[in-house]
This record gives sequence, structure tokens and C-alpha cells, in this order.
Amino acid sequence: MDKLVEIVAKSLMLPAEKITEELKYNSIPEWDSVAHMALVTELEDAYGIMLETDDIVGMSSVAKIREILSKYDAAA
Amino acid sequence: MIEEFFEQPVYGLAKAEKAALLSRELGELTRHHDAACAPYHSILSAYPPDALPGGSVAPFLPVSMFKMHSLSSVPQEQIFKTMTSSGTTGQAPSRIFLDAETAQLQTRALTRIVTSFIGPKRLPMLIIDHPSVVKDRRTFSARGAGILGLMTFGRDHRFALKDETMELDWESIEYFAQKYPDSPIFAFGFTFMVWQHFLQQLKAAGRKLPFADAILIHSGGWKKLEAEKVSNDIFKGVAKDIAGFSRVHNFYGMVEQTGSVFMECEAGRLHAPLFADIIIRDPQDWRECAIGEAGVIQVLSVLPRSYPGHSLLTEDRGRLLGEDDCPCGRMGKTFEVLGRLPKAEVRGCSDTFAQPVPQGAAA
Repeated sequence: MDKLVEIVAKSLMLPAEKITEELKYNSIPEWDSVAHMALVTELEDAYGIMLETDDIVGMSSVAKIREILSKYDAAA
Repeated sequence: MIEEFFEQPVYGLAKAEKAALLSRELGELTRHHDAACAPYHSILSAYPPDALPGGSVAPFLPVSMFKMHSLSSVPQEQIFKTMTSSGTTGQAPSRIFLDAETAQLQTRALTRIVTSFIGPKRLPMLIIDHPSVVKDRRTFSARGAGILGLMTFGRDHRFALKDETMELDWESIEYFAQKYPDSPIFAFGFTFMVWQHFLQQLKAAGRKLPFADAILIHSGGWKKLEAEKVSNDIFKGVAKDIAGFSRVHNFYGMVEQTGSVFMECEAGRLHAPLFADIIIRDPQDWRECAIGEAGVIQVLSVLPRSYPGHSLLTEDRGRLLGEDDCPCGRMGKTFEVLGRLPKAEVRGCSDTFAQPVPQGAAA
């Protein structure tokens, strides 16, 4: 399974089938600001990176997260 | 266009340029809410257009309106979060309806403001509160929302208090003190909580924390501390001495205008960021007060889209300190808050709006 999808699913506590590239932050109750912080922690642990504040604010969809991770050379 | 506000420096525009940008955006917001929020429309139409309180570009509503009425400018199904203020005893809390767009603008604006003070890197963060204030995820209190909003700027979050007993969580504090000695950390809490339940408890326990160049951001008002004769200078002195917070920034803001907060600079002045403005008004006739004159604080924000909260008359007194001339170098108006209005004056200004508002007419 795609590593990023797996991390997002785990952080939002959703089945992986529900995680699409278009899925947006704050579009479903499961992806609110609390879950977003959990997701940040999971991403940082999984990829060994430290995200900046602007990255966290910019992580508005799964596709956007993938784009931001590529900036850190994290193979998502 | 709201995006223009994110393309400019947050404290960089001089008076004329900022005024032009703000008045265009605020005027658009007034028209938007007038068309989208029926109760707002009926409030405005109760006045002759040339006699709207605060002027026709952005007439002000008293903040108490959000306690008395459900004011929303978006269809119910677009509201994904309702924020409530703590509310003074005996009063109904304010209810603020957020859609995804407004919530996102709030986050982006707050990010621009706060990172301009603490930098783009997320620092280890100590939250001067207890974890249960962020538990209910659908409806946050102003306190919970404030904490969550600020958590974005930190990492390795730890809560300094255990639970509702407000006891210090020594395990969290020890963890932090051992992991980050002599390094910058970031702490956030409400002014009274920081003073009473953090600094005073550390003092009583005879403990000093080892942080260096640590940043403390706090908010929530000085009312309780004024009663104990704790000034901002005393607060800063104790925070530095006991906890190593050499950089302490208070901010003034309200749940009705989350995001566009007024941060205190190194020179001790509260600053209007590009997204917001401040006007001090004479409660007798609502004229704009000059620099140095005390009056009632009106706050303006370009962020509220899903509720008509872009121009509000607060229940606080304040005084402008200057404009584009702060020793810290930031542009914009600077001011200080002088405390709450006496009750009579509050009632006075609410009476201005005693026009009938249709119940349940919110979209």
C-alpha cells in the first residue's frame, strides 16, 4: 500500500479506501485540526523530517501533502 | 481580493496604502453579509444609509449581538464548526459559525502574524493548560480553539497542567526541562492561567526552569490580574526569572475575530496586523478618538466570511498609542487596552441596536 495513504488513514482513523488524493482538510469530521496535528506527528516520525509551520498550514489535501513531502525528498 | 493581504508583509504597509486596501475589502464584506445574512440586513436597513454607526463602509455591530442572535452568512450545511466564547457569568455565550473558507483564512492569517514573531520553525511547545480543554472536537470553547490554533506553531507538545485541579504536571515539565535545557522553547497559555497556575505554583515549589531564549505567548485579558495588582511589567519579570521566558508577547483578540489577533511587540505595544484595524470611539457620539484619547475599542477584520463579524464594537476600553511610528519598526496602528467598559456604557451602545431582528432568520 502507498505509504502516505497508510499514514493518513491511520492518523484520521479511516479505512485506506476512503483516502483519495482529492480528500481535503476540514471537509470531513475525521480530518479536523486535532487529527491534523496527529497527522503531522505521524508524517514527521515516518519520514524523519521536521515540517515548518507553513507546510502544516499548506497541507490542505492529500495531493498537497505529497507535494510538500517531495520538497523534503521524502518519497511519498 | 483577500489574497492580496497574504501577498503583502503583515506589518509593512504605511497608513494610506493599508487604508485603501482595507476599506475596499471591508466594503465588499459589508455588501456580502448584507446580501447573505437576513438579520444583518435588517439591522443595517434600520438606519438611514448616511447614519450607519461607524460609517457605511463597515458599520459596526456590538459584540453582544453574537450572544443574542444566530448570525450566519452561509447555508447551514456549510457550517462545519461553531465556536463559543466563555461568556461572562450570567450571559449567554457568543456563537460563531465557521465554514471551511473562513476557518482556513483564520489559520493562514494567524500563521503570518505569529511566525513573524517566532519564526517559521516549530519549537518544542509547552501548553500552559490541561489536555481536556481540547477534547470536544465539534464545539470548541474559545479557550480550546485558542490552544489548538497555537499548537500549529509548536512540536513535541506537552501540557503543563494535569487536569481541572490545575495541579502542575511535573512529569511533563521535567521531560521538557531535561530534553530542552538552554534551548528555545515556545509556550502558550491564557494570561491568568500562566500567572496563577504556572508561575505561582513554580514559585511556591521553589523551582526555576532552565530554558533560554524561551518565548511565551499569552492572551485572555488582565482583569483578574489587575485585581491582584499584577502589571504587564511584573508579569514579564516573573516569567523571565522563574521560567526563563525572555520573550513574552501578550495578544488581544476575540473569538468573534479569531485569526487576526493584535500582538504585543518588544516595545510593549499591541499592533494591528495587515488583516485588521482598530478604531477608538467616543461612547458619547461614536466619533473616532485621536491618538492618546481613551474610548471604546472597535475592531475590524477582513477574515469573517461565514458570519457578519468584520466590524465589531467591543466592550473594552482602549487608547491609540500611534500609527506607523512604533520603536519596534512595525507599521500600523498601536494601542493599549484599558480594561472592560462599565456596564452602563455597554447597555448604552447595545441600545443603539435595539431594532427588532427576526428570530431564526439566519441562513
